[in-house]
Amino acid sequence: MADAAAIAGGRLDTFPKLLVRNAIVRGGKPAMREKDLGIWQTWTWSEVLDEVKTFALGLQDLGFERGDTCAVIGANRPRLYWTIAAVQALGGTPVPVYADAIAEELAYVLEHADVAFAVAEDQEQVDKVLSVGDRLKSLRHMVYDEPRGLEKYDHTRLHSFEAIQTKGRESLRTDQTAEVRFFDEIEQGKGSDISIILYTSGTTGRSKGVMLSAERCIAAATDTAVFDHLSDADEVLAYLPLAWVGDHYLNYAQGMVAGFCMACPESGETAQHDLREIGPTFYFAPPRVFEGLLTRVMIRMEDASAIKRKMFHYFIDVAKRYGEDILDKRPVPLVGRLLYGLGNALVYGPLKNVLGFSRIRTAYTAGEAIGPDLFSFYRSLGLNLKQLYGQTEAFLYVTAQEDGHVRSDTVGPAAPNVEIRISETGEVLFKSPGMFIGYFKNDEATKGTVDDEGWVHTGDAGFFDHDGQLKIIDRAKDVGKLVDGTLFAPKYIENKLKFFPNVKEAVAFGDGRDFSTVFLNIDLNAVGNWAERNNISYASYQELAGHPQVYEMLQSNVDKVNRDLAHESAMAGAQIHRFLILHKELDADDGELTRTQKVRRSFIAERYGPLIEALYDGSSEKFIETEVTFEDGRKGRIAATVQIRDMTVYPAVEEVKEAAE
Amino acid sequence: MNAATETAVAAEATGEPEVMLKVENVSLSFGGVRAITNISFDIRKGEIRAIIGPNGAGKTSMLNVINGFYHPQEGVITFKGAARSKMRPYEAASQGIARTFQNVALFKGMSTLDNIMSGRTLLMKKHFFWHLFHYGPARTEEIEHRRKVEEIIDFLEIQHIRRAPVGRLPYGLQKRVELGRALAMEPELLLLDEPMAGMNLEEKEDMSRFILDVNSQFGTTIALIEHDMGVVMDLSDRVVVLDYGKKIADGTPEEVQANQDVIDAYLGVSH
Repeated sequence: MADAAAIAGGRLDTFPKLLVRNAIVRGGKPAMREKDLGIWQTWTWSEVLDEVKTFALGLQDLGFERGDTCAVIGANRPRLYWTIAAVQALGGTPVPVYADAIAEELAYVLEHADVAFAVAEDQEQVDKVLSVGDRLKSLRHMVYDEPRGLEKYDHTRLHSFEAIQTKGRESLRTDQTAEVRFFDEIEQGKGSDISIILYTSGTTGRSKGVMLSAERCIAAATDTAVFDHLSDADEVLAYLPLAWVGDHYLNYAQGMVAGFCMACPESGETAQHDLREIGPTFYFAPPRVFEGLLTRVMIRMEDASAIKRKMFHYFIDVAKRYGEDILDKRPVPLVGRLLYGLGNALVYGPLKNVLGFSRIRTAYTAGEAIGPDLFSFYRSLGLNLKQLYGQTEAFLYVTAQEDGHVRSDTVGPAAPNVEIRISETGEVLFKSPGMFIGYFKNDEATKGTVDDEGWVHTGDAGFFDHDGQLKIIDRAKDVGKLVDGTLFAPKYIENKLKFFPNVKEAVAFGDGRDFSTVFLNIDLNAVGNWAERNNISYASYQELAGHPQVYEMLQSNVDKVNRDLAHESAMAGAQIHRFLILHKELDADDGELTRTQKVRRSFIAERYGPLIEALYDGSSEKFIETEVTFEDGRKGRIAATVQIRDMTVYPAVEEVKEAAE
Repeated sequence: MNAATETAVAAEATGEPEVMLKVENVSLSFGGVRAITNISFDIRKGEIRAIIGPNGAGKTSMLNVINGFYHPQEGVITFKGAARSKMRPYEAASQGIARTFQNVALFKGMSTLDNIMSGRTLLMKKHFFWHLFHYGPARTEEIEHRRKVEEIIDFLEIQHIRRAPVGRLPYGLQKRVELGRALAMEPELLLLDEPMAGMNLEEKEDMSRFILDVNSQFGTTIALIEHDMGVVMDLSDRVVVLDYGKKIADGTPEEVQANQDVIDAYLGVSH
């Protein structure tokens, strides 16, 4: 016979056990918040346990059994997190799915994971599941959170979240064994159980289901919670996709381990505003979010009055000189400290407050390389921004930068208890406490990723820098060679281009060719704003992208990259000879980007084959017609004549210096 | 299922649908121009009724007649059982008729929240003196109204623009705010004048979903003018077709689509 106290006193090797522990140790402390009708609602740890308990018992009533898988589809809503905990409590495996996945992607994951249950956020998601219902043989029941629009649906196998909880409450009231049954189920859970299956976004081909065990998840999260001094006084905003390892790790797993409070935004679009209201103490954002914020700040500053603008730029300069040294506790002259203090009162403090960064102790960024200027900007304001390198297969952390030892071009030394080795081919290999068990129903892929000695192959090429920090240059399989043998690391070139605010995406080509070329995507925010200020009218994205002045501007950006590359002996030969600006934005709906917005290079190469040929056959423009997919899955066609520009190439500059970016 | 749709369903079952609004032999002219000639049709409780027709067919004039902005020279309009020939827009609003406009008519400088809040004005009962000081019962009343407005904001998924001045919003969102303001009146009959004009496909889909949800969740009866035939045929229960101020067809979407007069009117046959 199990009860809460016995579980909390035993081995805490599953998340439901941690939840029970939290409800006992810090039952009255906030565990979750969500903004509803404009007002923040809070649930304490003991309330969350109750919600999870009633939902789990209701699910059991519906016939949920140990070993069943349950899809969780939607945005960051408390009820979806409770679903994850409830499914884990019953010995099932939650399978979160990206909310913006199109029906086909959704069907693949649900079918592959043999889901018996699906919990969806709203009508949109329910419709998606129903549209592929005939392929989901194992699906027994579906549950939804938001009832709007669903009243008239057939409710024989469809249930509202509330109805399930009512059933659970009913069991608790009428059946005295229900409560014990719930705790028994939790107690039966073992550390070696599969805690969750996270489907990778699939940079190449079909996504794979990464199986993570409960004890490994908890071991990893415990290490990093200690590393970053997280406690139940912390607070986070869960705004990243629920199905992404980062959200599950940083918010759910670390939250359960450290007992801190997780706030869910009112809606996807209000996240920025909610961030400001919540004022989190721990924060993660991919580089593009930081970039977007900086662009917005700069645009708004240009609209500010002359005095404010002067003050802003003056103190940003001060911050550039002293800010990072102060943050890393290095010696700074007294004048610098005083000026910085004044700047903090006048500019940095208010700015951080507007951005919702006032209370942040630790912030991380990862996923893509971050521009050195961008990185320094936030750090100089006093934001403790660091980098980490991780993978779903590692349950996130492989490396992480320590406070005070932070650089923009590296990702830090191995995270606590992680071992890293660089293979002969330059690939990064690791063993970590959180490493995955294997890919679900795909032993072949597992064998291809984990070698006989237990090392996980990341597929990334990298090397350790002189101070022991890892530097990632590209995907190992993407690193190629030009015809003359020069090293060609496309991502390295692309990242340099993407550091310019005008460039949203870049795709470089050159492997097995005579020289490097690139496709560029303009950033509609930055270039659109620039066009507005310079009285350049345009009717569409396509027209703006093809504007001669936009071409001029991007040509100067590419030129700068070439000059930069000329200074790096290994890369000088890979300078960009020709480039073009794509007439449409690369989009995940068209399969050009992954759901985490990473470029799918081979797919793009195939789709825009004629354009690549044009880059190499010397022509100055090329007509292209491509198919586009609208959000509802319908298809359309878009055609354009794209111009191609030639670039100046600089002789390599020999320098006896480290290959700094 | 809510009370309104239940009664509608019950009424349908007995074969006598409850009529909310009845237009009988209405004619309207401006000087020598006849905008509407001898038109009769009805709107049943709980249905979505579309009014379609080529440009200049008299659709918007018809809506203006229904909500009392224009006064027809001939004919009778019966709303909820009470016949009337003349009625001012204010009275129509008080009786539960709300509308949106072909060209967005919002307070551009005010926030989304305030715009929708303004839709509650007719429902505010406390003296404006109390509201002036935001004190006592007036405050309680305002909190109650604000809750309703927040429900609408949630319903229309416009939380992110709650505080944004509507003049700065893209057109599709402005349309949504306007719908929000009309909903804030808790109308029994909602008149939508081209709710999807100028929208892209995605915005149209969203708007269609909202219109269906308003109808099913609040039981609101809806009369809408729309040019996108796909939308009209998908959304509406019954369609009335006007051409040159005259009614040329009335019936279910399928019936109307098969009607030769309608095909002629849209394809253009010499009159």
